[in-house]
Amino acid sequence: MLSNHEREEILEETRLYPYPGAACIDALKIVQHHRGWISDEAIEDIAAELELSAAEVDSVATFYTRIYRKPVGRNVILVCDSPTCMIMGSESVYQYISDKLSIRFGETSADDRFTLLPITCLGDCDHAPALMINDDLHNNLTLGHIDEILEKYR
Amino acid sequence: METPLTQHIQPGRGPLSLKEFENAGGFKGLHKALREMKPADVIFTVKGSNLMGRGGAGFPTGVKWGLVPQEAAGSGMKYLIANADEMEPGTFKDRYLLEGNPHQLIAGMIIAAYAIQAQKAYIFIRWAYKKAEAILRKAIAEAYEAGYLGENILGTGFNLDLYVHSSAGRYICGEESALINSLEGKRGIPRAKPPFPATSGLFGQPSVVNNVETLSWISHIIENGPQWFLDLSATGEGGTKLYGVSGRVKNPGLWELPMGTTVREIIEGYAGGMQDGYKLRGIIPGGASTDFLVESHLDIPMDYASVRSAGSRLGTGTMIILDDKTCPVKFVHNLIKFFADESCGWCTPCREGLPWAQKILESFEQGTAQPEDIGILEHLTRYMGPGNTFCAHAPGAMEPLQSGLKYFRDDFDRHINEKRCPWR
Ligand SMILES: Cc1cc2nc3c(=O)[nH]c(=O)nc-3n(C[C@H](O)[C@H](O)[C@H](O)COP(=O)(O)O)c2cc1C
Ligand code: SF4
Repeated sequence: MLSNHEREEILEETRLYPYPGAACIDALKIVQHHRGWISDEAIEDIAAELELSAAEVDSVATFYTRIYRKPVGRNVILVCDSPTCMIMGSESVYQYISDKLSIRFGETSADDRFTLLPITCLGDCDHAPALMINDDLHNNLTLGHIDEILEKYR
Repeated sequence: METPLTQHIQPGRGPLSLKEFENAGGFKGLHKALREMKPADVIFTVKGSNLMGRGGAGFPTGVKWGLVPQEAAGSGMKYLIANADEMEPGTFKDRYLLEGNPHQLIAGMIIAAYAIQAQKAYIFIRWAYKKAEAILRKAIAEAYEAGYLGENILGTGFNLDLYVHSSAGRYICGEESALINSLEGKRGIPRAKPPFPATSGLFGQPSVVNNVETLSWISHIIENGPQWFLDLSATGEGGTKLYGVSGRVKNPGLWELPMGTTVREIIEGYAGGMQDGYKLRGIIPGGASTDFLVESHLDIPMDYASVRSAGSRLGTGTMIILDDKTCPVKFVHNLIKFFADESCGWCTPCREGLPWAQKILESFEQGTAQPEDIGILEHLTRYMGPGNTFCAHAPGAMEPLQSGLKYFRDDFDRHINEKRCPWR
């Protein structure tokens, strides 16, 4: 069942569109914000709220990369893998984080603290290499200050 | 040198508030358009300026607006959409405008909405642009409060609501018809064209999609006139352009320069030339989906016509520099992997062809590529070329591959002959 918070926030978004179903992506993002990921139950909840079928909502949820249909860690690290970041050293950034946390792309650390994923160009190419953790952008990365960045996320 | 788009943007300082923007004369064009001009006059002025869409395709903005049925607002919903989905690898210009001067975009959107008589407008912004989104939401709230948005704007009887939609990822959502599907809450898959959005777009209603940089121009053009805009450019195509350079240059960055500034001036003059110990090998002039240029192209002007005649496209105007210490095959592989991952999967050539091309490129890097693989790649560039796919995604992907094969053929061959990547 949707919580009151979730329902209110979704209702707010449906006001921007002519019919409720158009707020499907917004609703997925809202529920994910509250629950961390989109479970089968969340799909059913959203479908009922927006007068859509569960299959429709699932087809949308699985299309978009920033909707997680599997649980993720408390923090999500997104390493930019664009050509500019690659030239400027993103592969060693990935390798460093991967070794440190013992996870590869697509995996979550055993303590549920971090999930590691690639991301297409973050639009910060003049400060490459770049990565995002949750809502925060980190750029001009050097291997020397990655530990310090990760420390901020518990 | 005039820099209308970025004149109020200072790194380290936040964007102008509505009051500051107003005091700097930022709403002059808006007052003029809504008070003194008819919608058709606005379209006529923008047509006269020759403003070409800054989202990559360069379609004339005034012409696009002119395709929208002219009935006044009220006789059916029409929509204006700002495309702020910037995700083209190597591109970071719209973010600069969104974070740096949101009111310039909003003013431009109000005028554009007035021109096509749209009653609702959306800004479709990439989810990752969190800072830009927060800045935009604040600016929109200010604009409502000051009476620039909502009902009876400036007492003229014109109504406009402006909303922000933050996306959920996927590069294809930048393609305008996929964007429209996504805004309707669906999978971001392109639509068949025709009908074009101008007649049947968002929720089946007439709609215009324009890039952030395009819309940021509108109030300036209305205020100062088309001739002023045309005179800004170095080569006659009109305006300035946000040019960016990234890669192994001394001073990567973004600059507002006259449209038609040469490639050399941008790379050597503004980006400071190559870093010590690195040589320039190739230039992707305008985002991942544009053909390589090489050293012999340094003196061409970066405008639509000149870059096209050099065999590429101006695209977004933000260049990626390939240096001599980066394997060109690996660089192309990176791009093709991106396009393969981001294919929406709707049509077969793109869905099947891009992973195929990616696999072959991977075999080059592994040292297992065979001589006939070059021919297969060349075949694929034609197979996924213009006209064979549902949208421009796959043809765009083929641009760096076909030109990569042309300019870096020796490097491809070395991978085959030496059975390894010579850069490793
Ligand atoms: C695969 C693909 C991705 C695109 N991504 C963007 C984008 O992120 N931003 C953008 O403004 N235009 C993008 N475009 C171009 C849009 O389809 C459209 O032409 C543009 O938004 C129109 O605005 P303009 O006329 O002001 O340039 C993309 C096109 C394709 C084929
Ligand atoms: S070309 Fe690719 S992205 Fe475009 S519709 Fe076909 S499968 Fe989708």
